[in-house]
Amino acid sequence: MAEFIPLDYATLRVIWWLLLGLLLVGFAVMDGFDLGVGALLPFVARTDPERRLVVNTVGPVWEGNQVWLVVGGGTAFAAFPALYAVSFSGFYLAMFLILFALILRPVGFKFRGKVADPRWRATWDWALFVGGAVPALVFGVAVGNVQLGVPFHFEPATLRPVYTGGFFALLNPYALVCGLVSLSLLVAHGAAALLVKTDGPVAVRAARYGGAAALVCAVLFVAAGAWISTALPGYRIDSAIDGGGLSNPLLKSVTAAPGLWLENYRAVPALWLAPVGAVAGMVLGAYFLYLGRGGPALVCTSMAVPATVLTFGFAVFPFLLPSSSLPDAGLTLWDASSSRLTLWVMLLVTALLLPIVMLYTAWVYRVLRGKVSADSLEENPNAY
Amino acid sequence: MFDPTVVELSRLQFALTAMYHFLFVPLTLGLSFLIAIMESVYVMTGREVWRKMTLFWGTLFGINFAMGVATGIVMEFQFGMNWAYYSHYVGDIFGAPLAIEGLMAFFLEATFIGLFFFGWNRLSRVQHLVVTWLVALGANFSALWILVANGWMQNPVGAVFNPDTMRMEITDFVAVLFNPVAQAKFVHTVSAGYVTGAMFVMSISAWYLLRGRHAELARRSMAVAASFGLAASLSVVVLGDESGYAATEHQKMKLAAIEAMWHTEPAPADFTAFGLPDQRSQHNRFEVKIPWLMGLIATRSLNGEIPGILELVERAEHRIRGGQLAYAALQRVKADPGDAQARAVFERHWADLGHGLLLKRYREDIGNATEEEIAQAALDTVPRVAPLFWTFRVMAGLGFYFIAFFAFAFWLASTRGFEGRRWFLKLALWSLPLPWIAIECGWFVAEYGRQPWAVEGVLPTFYAASHLALRDILITLTGFVALYTVLAVIDVRLMLATVRKGPKDIPMLRFGGSGDGGGGQPAHERPTAPVMPVESGGDAG
Repeated sequence: MAEFIPLDYATLRVIWWLLLGLLLVGFAVMDGFDLGVGALLPFVARTDPERRLVVNTVGPVWEGNQVWLVVGGGTAFAAFPALYAVSFSGFYLAMFLILFALILRPVGFKFRGKVADPRWRATWDWALFVGGAVPALVFGVAVGNVQLGVPFHFEPATLRPVYTGGFFALLNPYALVCGLVSLSLLVAHGAAALLVKTDGPVAVRAARYGGAAALVCAVLFVAAGAWISTALPGYRIDSAIDGGGLSNPLLKSVTAAPGLWLENYRAVPALWLAPVGAVAGMVLGAYFLYLGRGGPALVCTSMAVPATVLTFGFAVFPFLLPSSSLPDAGLTLWDASSSRLTLWVMLLVTALLLPIVMLYTAWVYRVLRGKVSADSLEENPNAY
Repeated sequence: MFDPTVVELSRLQFALTAMYHFLFVPLTLGLSFLIAIMESVYVMTGREVWRKMTLFWGTLFGINFAMGVATGIVMEFQFGMNWAYYSHYVGDIFGAPLAIEGLMAFFLEATFIGLFFFGWNRLSRVQHLVVTWLVALGANFSALWILVANGWMQNPVGAVFNPDTMRMEITDFVAVLFNPVAQAKFVHTVSAGYVTGAMFVMSISAWYLLRGRHAELARRSMAVAASFGLAASLSVVVLGDESGYAATEHQKMKLAAIEAMWHTEPAPADFTAFGLPDQRSQHNRFEVKIPWLMGLIATRSLNGEIPGILELVERAEHRIRGGQLAYAALQRVKADPGDAQARAVFERHWADLGHGLLLKRYREDIGNATEEEIAQAALDTVPRVAPLFWTFRVMAGLGFYFIAFFAFAFWLASTRGFEGRRWFLKLALWSLPLPWIAIECGWFVAEYGRQPWAVEGVLPTFYAASHLALRDILITLTGFVALYTVLAVIDVRLMLATVRKGPKDIPMLRFGGSGDGGGGQPAHERPTAPVMPVESGGDAG
């Protein structure tokens, strides 16, 4: 069937690398503000009516937003099965931690408002906080570890992935800094969303916490960048690259050395727009949050999020997941993808469906536009 | 190299989380359509009680849906977490339907569910109705893609093994999509969901009628559920039969195990209605047989033969030897990718490679397996018969009960009504757990009956597991059990509290949007006098 596919294998792989990035950005921007709002919940809202208000700002949309993560996971499985297999089994306990937190979210939203008892509500407030803060932190920790490379190899005869690291090795200082970057970024993003959707004391506190988080994020982001690009290892493929080659990660040789993650930036200076844009988004976001202007702040944080993801993506390209214990076995988009036919069929499906998803999502946000008020919650028996 | 404890615990964890997830999914599938039907009647007639029904059942739907979402994401992650080699080995085929499920179905369902709950005041009635239908459609599309993925595990069509990438790769996407097993399973599974939704509505409504509460709402809900349930229960049995027919063709061992048919019988085979299958001596004690029935169901003919378990074991032994040849050729291709002769041998025997891998349980160099090991591996292809035999009979028996139950309910609904027939209302109330029992039995038959395969004939389950530390899996298994138990208790208590509270507290809504012309509440939306007193009178009692 390959003869009917108009795009060559290398092009399809690059497209899928971009699409995976798009879904990751979609998740970070859309579900990101829900997670940030969850992490902010105990701080910006102190009384029960305030908390109810905050919960209901994201109440109608968080379910749809979280699908970006589900689709991201499904797409990694479909387009880069080796990446999915190695990372999900290797980061086993970290994945469980994320799942645990994400399980608390749907029930937290739904169950919180059903019983008036203060202890009940406090429990679910805590669950929503954990459900927001833990994934926001752990995703960043994961990204940090991807940059450092993680210890895995393949049994040569079977290509069975074998991960040799433990859970606590993932909590290294660099990865924790990355975790804080992601947490503070999503907190700022969530604060901007709260500023758009609410008035009064909640909005004032959101602006204060969010502005501080955005500044912290900018500082940590620059520090992490300086650290990884000078003192910590990056990776480079030394053997000849065949973009249309076999999806077998054992056929190349890779060098690990400090500074290699800067190579793409050296080769294409225009890529610097991504980190510069990220810092600008964070600083301007902090500024608008300080001014209490939610709309522009949300635009800035919504730019900072993809710019941060791109900064990471440009650095590690073409790697998906480098191996620290056996660099040659690292996964790249050239040798860890699905077959050409699968990539092609999935591209057709995605090109057809994703725009439709975006259109109806936009319509839903339009219907739900405007600030959430305590009155509107009283009127709706279904409010959380 | 394979820690059997890790494999068994991974299986246990997957089974527990999947069966727990599937406590919520069928109700979502069925209730979403029932609610959409109720809201449609409301939009068409404008009668307030139908809106009240939509909101009331919608509240219960929401609690259930949250649990479904919470436990669903675990399923997607677990393939990679606990079954990494599976993910590598078949991700090229299996990942696609999961990704499409998200794009086509889950996005639709999850994006509009927010508007279903929060859109009442912001949408016109027709717009809100469309939203409700989209949620129901999304839920059902979701089931389609999950069952396309699952159907491929049962009947892996449209794919070949690629020795250069050491995995299965897709050759025919259309074959995967229109896999007869997947199609039969899809319709069977969603129908089972509709039965669950219908029974849920029947039982709770029956409880209200027994207590004399909310009679207006309960009576109408029961009428809708009775007709929906009758159609669904007929469909679940008829299409379950289709599923069995597909199994005859594609999963002979599963069928033989369900029937505890140790030896091939002369066509048409008898159906064993009762028996105590004994795996060790390979025969059934206390058999009660119905002549010809099995042959008629499974082959739809008088002369179609159904192979028995022991004959299938012989066939498996033959395929294991073929698998040894394929594996040897594969080793040569790995050593020298240019070895055309080895590739030709592999091409001839690759379809048996999976059977060869069954020997990996006994030795690494499977080419040197002894006769005993080969015989043992062939016996491994027999799933445990007794549990399959019995769970299947529980499921099928309940299926026929549902037809009778809903047929009678439909007759009552269309002739004399439910009130006063306390025995039937009690029957309806106590039938509440039955669809869940049938469904869990159904999944057990489908997946336990697939053993020892993760992918039938392609990849043994023990070979598919991740390389994990026992401690890690103990942590997650304990964590899931603890969290899920707590959530189950809370979920059931909230459901009960919502049911006890009833629909009485639902306030009036105003509609926004252009559909109502921006005017005040239309006259026909005002509750008519006969409706409300019955409701409030009932509440007082």
